[in-house]
Amino acid sequence: MNDLNQQAAAHYGKNFLKEVEDRVEDGEWVKMCMQCGVCAGSCPLGPHWEHSPQKIFRMIMAGKRDEVLSSDSMWMCTSCYNCIVRCPRKLPITHIMHGLAHYAHKLNIAPKGQPTREVARLFWNSLVQTGRVNELKFSLAVYFKDGFVRGIKNALAMQGIGLKLMKAKRLNPMEILGGHKCKDAGGIKKMLAKAKEIEDRRQGFSS
Amino acid sequence: MAEMKTAAYICSGCGLGDKLDIAQLGKIAQKEGKMALVREHDFLCNTEGVQMIRDDIEKEGVTHICIAACSRRAKTEAFHFPAVAMTRANLREGVIWVVAEGSEHDEVRQEMADDYVRMGCAELKKVKLPEGNPNRTQLKSIMVVGGGMSGLTAAFEAAESGYQVILVEKQAQLGGWANKLWKRVPYKAPYAEPQDTGVAKLAAKVSSHPLIKVHLNSTIAETSGAPGRFAVKIAQESGAVTEAAVGAIVQATGFTNYDIAKLPELGGGQANVVDQAGLEALAQAANGGALKRADGKEIKSVVFLQCAGQRDDTAKHLPYCSGHCCATSIKQAMYFKDANPEVNAVVVYQDLRVPGMGEDFYRSAQHKGVIFAKGKASGVEPTGNGCKVNYRDMILDADATLEADLVVLATGQVPSAGVNLDIWDTVVREADGGSEAAKQQKSELQKISVLNLNYRQGPDMPQFKYGFADSHFICFPYETRRTGIYAAGPVRRPMDMLQATEDATGAALKAIQAVENASLGRAAHPRSGDLSYPIVRLEGCTQCKRCTVECPFGAIDEDERRFPVFNEQRCRRCGTCMGACPVRVISFENYSVDTVGNQIKAVEIPDEFSEKPRVLILACENDAYPALDMAGLSRIVYSAFVRIIPVRCLGSVNTIWITDALNSGYDGVMMMGCKKGDDYQCHFVKGSELANYRMSKIGDTLTQMGLEPERVSSFEVAITDNARVAGFINEFVAQLVKMGPSPMKGFG
Repeated sequence: MNDLNQQAAAHYGKNFLKEVEDRVEDGEWVKMCMQCGVCAGSCPLGPHWEHSPQKIFRMIMAGKRDEVLSSDSMWMCTSCYNCIVRCPRKLPITHIMHGLAHYAHKLNIAPKGQPTREVARLFWNSLVQTGRVNELKFSLAVYFKDGFVRGIKNALAMQGIGLKLMKAKRLNPMEILGGHKCKDAGGIKKMLAKAKEIEDRRQGFSS
Repeated sequence: MAEMKTAAYICSGCGLGDKLDIAQLGKIAQKEGKMALVREHDFLCNTEGVQMIRDDIEKEGVTHICIAACSRRAKTEAFHFPAVAMTRANLREGVIWVVAEGSEHDEVRQEMADDYVRMGCAELKKVKLPEGNPNRTQLKSIMVVGGGMSGLTAAFEAAESGYQVILVEKQAQLGGWANKLWKRVPYKAPYAEPQDTGVAKLAAKVSSHPLIKVHLNSTIAETSGAPGRFAVKIAQESGAVTEAAVGAIVQATGFTNYDIAKLPELGGGQANVVDQAGLEALAQAANGGALKRADGKEIKSVVFLQCAGQRDDTAKHLPYCSGHCCATSIKQAMYFKDANPEVNAVVVYQDLRVPGMGEDFYRSAQHKGVIFAKGKASGVEPTGNGCKVNYRDMILDADATLEADLVVLATGQVPSAGVNLDIWDTVVREADGGSEAAKQQKSELQKISVLNLNYRQGPDMPQFKYGFADSHFICFPYETRRTGIYAAGPVRRPMDMLQATEDATGAALKAIQAVENASLGRAAHPRSGDLSYPIVRLEGCTQCKRCTVECPFGAIDEDERRFPVFNEQRCRRCGTCMGACPVRVISFENYSVDTVGNQIKAVEIPDEFSEKPRVLILACENDAYPALDMAGLSRIVYSAFVRIIPVRCLGSVNTIWITDALNSGYDGVMMMGCKKGDDYQCHFVKGSELANYRMSKIGDTLTQMGLEPERVSSFEVAITDNARVAGFINEFVAQLVKMGPSPMKGFG
C-alpha cells in the first residue's frame, strides 16, 4: 500500500461512503441510489463489468473500499450515458464511474495494466507535454505499450490504414520529430498545475 | 293504487324502426300482452315522448308502464316515473345491436324483439310500485367504537356533518396508538420530515364537540337491532351500563403489534432489540434529543429489520405485508439522524414499500444519510454491549453482518376485529351439545368480542382474510356483511395513519348514508335507495331456516316459534332468501318468483322441428347484464336464440325458474354471475357462490326429467367481459344445437 492510499484509508476508517462523498467527483450522489438495477440493465457493456454500477454503489455503502477501488469495473465505462438517462433517481452514474476510476488511479490502487487506464495515461502524458496530443506518437505508444514484439505486430496490422491516412494528408510522419505545439505550452502547463492544486485541496490531499 | 292500468310504449328511434316491425310489436303488446294502452313513438326519450307518457299517467290514469326501447340501464333520467311501476323491454342493446346484420336474420331478430315485448308485458302484470319499508326510524346518531386516529376522525367528520356521535373507547384516554408516537410519517408536502401526530389536538376537538359524547374506559356489552334502530349497552370499567340507541356503527378498533416474543431468532426478547412501538417510546423519552437505550447508553448505531414476522411463507408468522412499516422505519431512522447525523442508521429491507408520497420521504432519508441495505436478516445475536445482525445481502449475494447498539424489528399489524365467527360457530355448537370446555371457551370469546351483537350469526362481523374485519375489498371497501356497521382503519386492512384517516372519513359517510336510507325506508348499499323490501307470507313458511342461514348479511333472525323475522333495515335486497325459499313465500313488490317466472313463460317456444333453440339467460344485473349491454354497444354479435332476464343477484335465482323453463321447452339455461370464492366480486358477497352450490344439486333433477345436465350451466362474467360473454353464448348455443332439441318441447 502506498502513502496516499494509506493516509486516506486511515482518515476515513470504515466509512468509505464518506470518503467517496468527499473525494470522488459527484460522490455525494452515491447514497441516493435505490438499488433498482436499471443502470446495470442499461449498460451496453454490462456483461463485461465485474461489478455493475448498482453493485458498486451498494459496495460503497457496505464499506468495501479495497474491492471497489481496485476493481476494473468502472474502467469499463464507455461514457454512453444510457444509465444517466435512465436512472430514476437521476444519479450522474457515468460521472461517478469516471470519478471513482480517477480516484483509484490517483491513489495508485487501480488495476495495473488495465487497458483503459493505460491508454488514458498515454493520452494524458502526450497532451501535457505540448498542449496538444501528438497523434503519431500517441498511436505508437499505444501499439508498444505491451512490449516491443507486440508493438511491431500492432504497427504492421495497422500499416494499411496508416498509409491511407498519409496519402489523405491526415497523418504527417514528420510529427515523430516533435510535432507542432500549441502557442503557449508553458501556459497550459501552469493551468493544469493550478487545476491539480484546486482538486487536491478539495479532495483533502494538499495539506 | 287501487286499479291497475297498463300501458306499453314502443320506440322506433335509434334504428329500431328500420330493423323491426314496430306495428307487429304493438299488436303483440295489445293482444298477447293485454296492455290497455299501446303507443308507438319515433323518439320516445325526447321531451315530446316523455311528455306523452307523463300525460297518460296523469290523464289516463296509467299505473303500470312497459317501455320497449333501450336497455333498462340506458336513459334512466328520461324514463324516470317514480309514481308508476315500470318494466323495460330491451330492444336496442338486447336485439338490434347484437343480432347479425342482413335480411337473412330478419326473422330471428323480429322473434327476439317480439319475445322481449311479451316478457316486458308479462312482468309488468306482476310488479307493484314499491312503497318503501314501513319500519322507519328517524334515529340518525352514529356510534364509533374505538378512539384512536381512525375512530376520532370518523367521530369528528360525522359530527361536523351534523350527526350526533357516541364514541366508545376502551382506554382511559383518547388517541390510541397515535398517543404513543413521537412523530408521524409526513402527510403534507414536501413529505420530507416527520410531522407531529396532531392526535392531541384532534382528541381535544372531539372531546369538546357539542355533538359528540365520549365514553372512556368503556366497552360494548351488547348490540342489537338494525340500521336506524341499534340498541347498544355500553359497559364502563366500573360496571355501570349505559344504554344508547344509534342509527349506525363505525368499528375502528385498530390493531396490536405482532408480538416480538414470537421472533426469538430475530432477537425478540433480547434487551437491545425493540419493536417499532418500543422505539417510539425511546423517542418520546428522548424528546428530540439523542436517543438512549433502556440501560441509558446513547445509541450510536441502529439497525432496522423490515418484514420481521411478516410476509412469512413458513406459516409461522404473519403472511401479509402491513404496508406502513417501511415508512415508519424511515421515520424512526430520521429520529436518530435529526438528533445526531453521526449515528449510523441502517435499514435492512427486502422490498422497500412506501405507498402514497412515501418515495419523497425515502429520498429525504437517503439525503440525511440513512443507509438502505437490500437483504434478509437471518439472526440477531447479543454481543458484549449491543447486537450483531446476520443477514444476506441480496445485491452483493453474500452473507454479511452489522454491529449495532440497538436493533428495531418492524413487526406487523394484527387486527383487533373481535371474535372469529368460524371458531364461534364450532364453540357454540359444542356448547349447545353440553361440552363444559366449550361453554368456558364461549364466555372467553364473548370477552374479546368488540360489538357483542346478538345476531344469530355471531357476536362480531365476519372476518375477511387473516383475521381482518370484513370488507368488500374489491369494490366497496367500507362495506361489511353487517348492514349499518362499517369497518374503518387498520381493523379492516393494514394501513398507515393517513390511510386510516381517509378510511375513517369514508366509513363515516357510509354510516350517514345508512341512517338516511333507513329513515326513508330504503335499502343500504349496494342497492342504495331501493324502496322494495322482502315481504314474507308466513302462513306458507315451513320453518326450514334456509333463508336465515343463507342471508349473507344476517338480516333474518328467528322468533321463538322458529319463523323468520326479517330485519328489513339490515336487508340489502339481493333476494338470496327468495332464491333459497323452497316454498316461495318471500318476494319483493317489484321482484319476485312471479315477475321472473311470468317472463320465462311469456317466451314463445318454437317447436322441435324449427331448428330454433331457445336459451334462457339469467344475468346478474350488477356485472353480467351491463357486460351484455356493453357487447351491444360495441356491436358484438351473439346468438338470437337467447332470452335474457336480469336478476338482482344469482343468489336470488330460485330453482323453480330453471325447472319451469326446461319444462316449458327451453333447450338450455345459462346463469351469469360474478366471480365467487376468496377473491369474490359478488356485490352481495355470497350470492354467486350460493347459486353455484344450488345449481350443483340440480343435475339429479335434470336427469330425472330425462335431460342432459349440461343444459344448465353457470358462468362467471365480469363487467368488462363484453367480448367474452358473446363467446360464452355462442359456444353454449352451438353445444345445444349439437345436443339436439329438448325432449320437453311441446309438453309445456
